[in-house]
Amino acid sequence: METTRLIIVAVGGQGNLLASKVLGEAALLSGVPVRMSEIHGMAQRGGVVESAIVFGDAKSTIISDGEADVLVGFEPSETLRALNKCNADTTVITNMAPLPPFTVAIGRGTYPDLDQVQTLIKSKTKRLIAFDAVELAKSAGSVMAVNIALLGALIQTGILPIPKENLEEAIRTTTKKAFVDVNLKAFELGFSLAKNA
Amino acid sequence: MHKLLADSPGKKMLLLGNEAIARGAIEAGVAFATTYPGTPSSEISLNLFQVSQESDLYFEYSTNEKVALEVAAGAANSGVRTFCMMKHVGMNVAADPLMTLAYVGVTAGMVILTADDPFMFSSQNEQDNRYYGKISGLAILEPSSVKEARQMTVEAFDLSEKLGEPVILRTTTRINHSSAFVELGKLTPRQTKGDFKKDPFNLVTVPAVSRRLHVRLLENWDRAQAMAEASPHNFTDGDGPWGIVCNGVSYNYVSDAVKQLGIGDKTRVLRLGFSHPTPPNLIKTFLKGCEKVLVAEEGEPFMEEAIKSFAQEAGLTLPIAGKGEKLFSRLYEFDPAMVLRVIAGYFGVSYTDSRPPDLSDVPEIPQRPPNLCAGCSHRATFYAIKKAAEGMETIYPTDIGCYTLGFLPPLAMGDFLICMGSSISTSCGFSKATDKKVISFIGDSTFFHSGLTGLVNAVYNNHNFTLVILDNGTTAMTGHQPNPGVDMAYFNLSGYGRISIEAVVRAIGVEHVTVIKPYKVKKSIEAVKAAIGYKGVSVIISQEMCTLYARSLKKLTVRAFRVTDKCKNHRDCIDQIGCPAFYLEGERVQINPNTCVGCAVCAQICPENAITPVKAKQAG
Repeated sequence: METTRLIIVAVGGQGNLLASKVLGEAALLSGVPVRMSEIHGMAQRGGVVESAIVFGDAKSTIISDGEADVLVGFEPSETLRALNKCNADTTVITNMAPLPPFTVAIGRGTYPDLDQVQTLIKSKTKRLIAFDAVELAKSAGSVMAVNIALLGALIQTGILPIPKENLEEAIRTTTKKAFVDVNLKAFELGFSLAKNA
Repeated sequence: MHKLLADSPGKKMLLLGNEAIARGAIEAGVAFATTYPGTPSSEISLNLFQVSQESDLYFEYSTNEKVALEVAAGAANSGVRTFCMMKHVGMNVAADPLMTLAYVGVTAGMVILTADDPFMFSSQNEQDNRYYGKISGLAILEPSSVKEARQMTVEAFDLSEKLGEPVILRTTTRINHSSAFVELGKLTPRQTKGDFKKDPFNLVTVPAVSRRLHVRLLENWDRAQAMAEASPHNFTDGDGPWGIVCNGVSYNYVSDAVKQLGIGDKTRVLRLGFSHPTPPNLIKTFLKGCEKVLVAEEGEPFMEEAIKSFAQEAGLTLPIAGKGEKLFSRLYEFDPAMVLRVIAGYFGVSYTDSRPPDLSDVPEIPQRPPNLCAGCSHRATFYAIKKAAEGMETIYPTDIGCYTLGFLPPLAMGDFLICMGSSISTSCGFSKATDKKVISFIGDSTFFHSGLTGLVNAVYNNHNFTLVILDNGTTAMTGHQPNPGVDMAYFNLSGYGRISIEAVVRAIGVEHVTVIKPYKVKKSIEAVKAAIGYKGVSVIISQEMCTLYARSLKKLTVRAFRVTDKCKNHRDCIDQIGCPAFYLEGERVQINPNTCVGCAVCAQICPENAITPVKAKQAG
């Protein structure tokens, strides 16, 4: 089976690890081998959380620079920071609602211009799907569903060997019962949005 | 029921490497487990702690790794299967018992897990703990995958019983923190009680006894080496004149690279999973089939040196390389593309790899370093000390925990750090060797881990510095594990002792002891001024529960603050305490009401008194 490499970058607390877990369960349902790796030591202290998920036949659990087939960013400046993982054939999906790091508030850095972020990513990769996942999650019923809204867009691209219904089933079995309906709705909204992107 | 107690062999479960290791120990019937928490090993003990609360598994958070290993040694010499886990630097603390426990041995399976951290994702160094196998003479197993981590943990207990000595299970971060589907195995019933048979002439290590025990250790070493020769964990993939030897995660990168380069028909790969004692015959046979050999291992040239010496014994002169220029580095962790490039370069294979785009036109992206949380009491303590010591020439030795992050601006409180407990003992050195005021920081858990002996030393040798014990009531950095100063009722557990830091400090003989509540800024500054003016050892105990922990216990009463129109933009709040609840809206400082916990420290330092609580209706 061909190997597909996915990088997810997020800020601590954005639900990156749950998104990885949902993808993992969906891969099992789809009969796709999957391995993932996370760096989450300091996530609770506001740092960056990066997950690497390798689908298909490979033994590695991490992804080198230039190797990602698809990059999903939960925060625009973090998506931009992770561009080193991409190549000219990479598809990038990003939330555009910024969470400026604290260094910006204390004057030790300037947050990048959001239009420039999009232009840069577009010029260096195959495809960019960018949207305000926070707004989308809110309209699904909870700001907590940002992660699942982005998974909706990811699955719509068809890059991962995972059918939509398996991902939905994984949402039902893996996310908290009280959030299943909101998550399914957020997933659908992200899916439709990517279809029209 | 805890998911790792599921009695369903054959079931596939998505597990973190650390969960797979905990499951392996449970499947092996481990009945006794000890640890001091440390990333990347912490989730193993967290899971066993949880399991112990609903089963007859005995688990304890010991005060440090030396204690953990000694507690475990007692149990394993009473016929009870025992697991002792720690991060790589914890092995340094446990090295003293380790070395002689190897002589004495065990009467039931005992596995010592060391979680190494190449690249230092959350550690102060990236030492390669395979050398602990060499220096102690103990066997090492090293998994390459999450699946193998479960399996090897089970087998490590059997191996330990066959050898009558502890076995080291060595992982790296990318095993501990990777996830994959793992097929569960059968559960072995726990045997929670055994017996200790007196045998002082084999168990009390006076010189005459140890001289015999060392002979036995070397005999065991030979037996272990024979087992490594035949171990299914040491296997060869493929057949060809190009040899690659690898271990742990490097096996994954090598396998993927060989496939991607299409050199499977020219290459044979030897994976060493039972890596110490390194099996000479297996390696000599492997070398004889090769024209040239590359050794792919993260960290130090541990296998490379052994392989080169075996080649010399066998009179083989083929090229063998590993570490070096255009080869592998001793620094940091490996990644698949890097391993592919080294293999291609060494064997002269052309390739096209995926290259990242040219990023030279991407503007500098602001850093997002980990930060003390909004409302963290450490920030308040650091502020009080900084203010109290204003105008003094100071040195701030710090220690290991969340508060290490205080070294970052704008607080910039942290000047020296080498290991757990070093804040106190290095303060003794700094204060004697300089005339500066030395103020050091240590957390509650680290104080119990290895601060006590340093403080005894300071009082005994009449040193002159101020120690600040940051008591936030938990071991916060590694995920809120308990420590001897914690009220175990928070964990709904009873039957534990609780040690008062203040009573201990006074009992050691510290004469100037002050307890402060760091959110009370003025009072704290006054108390700190008195303490640092004292000649001799003074101790400040700064007590305030970790906000993250308080939130998880539902003990945090959040009362967010806001910046009112009275603000004249002095920005003392941002420039001096730098809480992450602040952000700039245009040129104005604002407080994120969802992040602010209401510690009110900023409100107390604002020169215009412009920061006030959000009224209930405004909070919306």
